[in-house]
Amino acid sequence: MILGKVVGTVWATRKDEQLVGMKLQIVQQVELDYALKSNFVVAVDSVGAGVGEIVLVAQGSSARQTAQTHNKPVDAVIIAIVDKLDVSQAPLLQEEQEEPTEA
Amino acid sequence: MNLGRVIGNLWATRKYPALKGRRMLIVQPLTFTGAQAGSPLIALDTVDAGEGDVVLYATASEAAIPFHPGLTPTDATIVGIAERIDHRDRSWHTA
Repeated sequence: MILGKVVGTVWATRKDEQLVGMKLQIVQQVELDYALKSNFVVAVDSVGAGVGEIVLVAQGSSARQTAQTHNKPVDAVIIAIVDKLDVSQAPLLQEEQEEPTEA
Repeated sequence: MNLGRVIGNLWATRKYPALKGRRMLIVQPLTFTGAQAGSPLIALDTVDAGEGDVVLYATASEAAIPFHPGLTPTDATIVGIAERIDHRDRSWHTA
């Protein structure tokens, strides 16, 4: 799943009838420190997230794994509102970074 | 499936009901030699992985298979903990 910040809402009157009643939120991706990235996705909201909240988004066919989106033409869904992240920057990670990626 | 290292936890009170009681971990993808590969992602845990563990995770709709039957909206799920990796360029113990 990816982390993002809800930055807006899409309103669409004419849409596939299977999308009627769904709230479509614009989610801009963020880094682990919540810094905004440039890419964004429009996601169906399954948890009642509001603008400004940091959320977790599931994408692809997995987005159809909710009661609300099951078998619907949806490829992104907000599945949680983030309270807190605990991130360790383990020393091991720096060692890993120094290793060549290609051999 | 892919390899990654668990670098943290995510806490969320308001979530899709099927995610209640599921741990959500922050995973840094790795190459088979242990180098960082791309940006961290969030994955559900099925094997009690902990911070620092090198894990095997499934992505896309297959990530929901461990939770069948029933709908669980996940596109990344940890399905194993790797102890040792043998690769022609590097054999390594993950701990």
